Amino acid sequence: MSNAQGQQSNYAPNVVRQKAYLQLLLLLSIALISFIVALTSGSLSLSFSEVFSAISSDANPLHHQVVYELRLPRMVHAFTTGALLALAGALMQVLLRNPLADPYILGISGGSAVFALIAIALGVVGWMVSASAFFGALLAMFLVFGLARGQGSWTENRLLLTGVVLASGWGAIVSFVLTIAPQGKLRSLIFWLMGDLSFAENFWPSLITLAIGILICLYFARSLNVLSLGAMQAQSLGLNINRFRWQLYVIASLLTAMAIIQAGNIGFIGLIIPHLLRLMGLRDYRLLIPGAVLAGGSLLVFADTFARSAIEDTALPVGILTAAIGVPIFIFLLYRGVKSV
Amino acid sequence: MSSNSTLSCKDLYLKIGNKVLCDNLSLQIEPGQTWAVLGLNGAGKTTLLHALAGIRPANSGQIYLNEKNLTELARHEIATQIGLLLQTQQDPFPGKVIEHVLIGRHPYLKALQWESEADYQIAIDALMTVGLDGFENRDLQSLSGGEYQRMLIAMVLVQQPSIYLLDEPINHLDWQHQHQILGTLTSMTEQKACSLMMALHDVNLAARYCSHTLMMFDDGQIKSGRTADLLNTETLEELYHTPIVQIENEQGQMFSPS
Repeated sequence: MSNAQGQQSNYAPNVVRQKAYLQLLLLLSIALISFIVALTSGSLSLSFSEVFSAISSDANPLHHQVVYELRLPRMVHAFTTGALLALAGALMQVLLRNPLADPYILGISGGSAVFALIAIALGVVGWMVSASAFFGALLAMFLVFGLARGQGSWTENRLLLTGVVLASGWGAIVSFVLTIAPQGKLRSLIFWLMGDLSFAENFWPSLITLAIGILICLYFARSLNVLSLGAMQAQSLGLNINRFRWQLYVIASLLTAMAIIQAGNIGFIGLIIPHLLRLMGLRDYRLLIPGAVLAGGSLLVFADTFARSAIEDTALPVGILTAAIGVPIFIFLLYRGVKSV
Repeated sequence: MSSNSTLSCKDLYLKIGNKVLCDNLSLQIEPGQTWAVLGLNGAGKTTLLHALAGIRPANSGQIYLNEKNLTELARHEIATQIGLLLQTQQDPFPGKVIEHVLIGRHPYLKALQWESEADYQIAIDALMTVGLDGFENRDLQSLSGGEYQRMLIAMVLVQQPSIYLLDEPINHLDWQHQHQILGTLTSMTEQKACSLMMALHDVNLAARYCSHTLMMFDDGQIKSGRTADLLNTETLEELYHTPIVQIENEQGQMFSPS
């Protein structure tokens, strides 16, 4: 041991970390590009300078209105939703130590969908739908929380099974509501299930939730690295895992609930974005978390922009576009990863 | 590194289901001592190590780290004193060797603190100690079973505890690395006044490297003491329910199932 002390190695931590920062910078530029694309494109095509002048003044009332009242809020909305889902997905994957985990896997979305759909089917509109959905998400969260706890300690699989079983239960209720709902409501119900950013009214709650969520997750980031080694190893490295796991569960659920109430069920992002970052080499959660926020946010901004402008006069469900953009990128990274091993 | 820590237990009682693993065990692990834990499969070696590390509650009895009850210490305080090598560990999102090994520095870092140059040097030294120099950037998935095991040992070394609790540290290791790792660990224990307790299945390695031995019998009885006093064909036959012969050669004595 003594002769090994202080020896030089070819490994250069600074170079590795610089590469990671460059990748985050790349993701930041992609996010900025997504903002520009979102603000300039649509049924009224604007140039970059027109957008800029529309933000800074209302000399052209039409431009000002389109950018300021329609596109900017919707863009912020898409970004925060995507970022919340990516963040929640990353947390769920560590909590369950399962690569297939996503924000919806424990039935948070099922609970909120049931209550949102009941509200819509009853003819409720506006913020009441969101409130109902949020209530459903909390109910689902506490149900899993209470049932998985059982006799005290729980394992990842117990939590996973409880959540998945309850999620199927919620799914059945959703189908039931869809079956008995009046014809006229079906389209908005289905849009809600497939994810729809056009319901969104006020983006401040989700923006604030996201900001707080990022801070908390960054604070916990190294503990996430530790927990991904498993409960026993994490404990022996000094983590109070019972407390930490419940904290993670509650945070991930609240982030998910926030994303759901403003956009319905948008699949794919929460599952794929954390893996995308791992494939890029950003496995350390201190890097993965900011990366997930940027990548998840910009993917949904791109998808939403194309969803509302790809086919004239038709808004596609955004979930179609997240998959259409995300699947090729993911397969490309996966394929590249396989080759380099 | 904080050395000279003493781990002890008093009237420790452990059971799994209805099987009593140890009954009224009182034991003191002093700095500089190296302990082997011997016993049949399921005798409770792993459970005892987990209990001593504080990650599994004792059914009754107390465990003390430097006279302080383990249950009253915060987890991160224990983690700077006691390092535990688990028998199985999987990472669902495997990364690079260096990333994994550096996680061993967790108890020493504050929430938003990054690893320093010194932390990296500790990790690189630990990899060198276990013969994995140059493996820093390798993917975990590309490691062989023995290399993975040595990587896990490096992680415990990076944690720099004063008490090492190792569950079958030489799993998957070839003869060269068995002796290299055990030799390094035991000489480190002497030089740095650390202490070491490890579950082993090889009686001859226990005889060669361990100053003390703890035998866990099926019925929950325990025999502990100096290795030289404890290891003989009589106790080993009782422990393993197998006829055992003692072979003398120029290295000393060796035991073998007959």
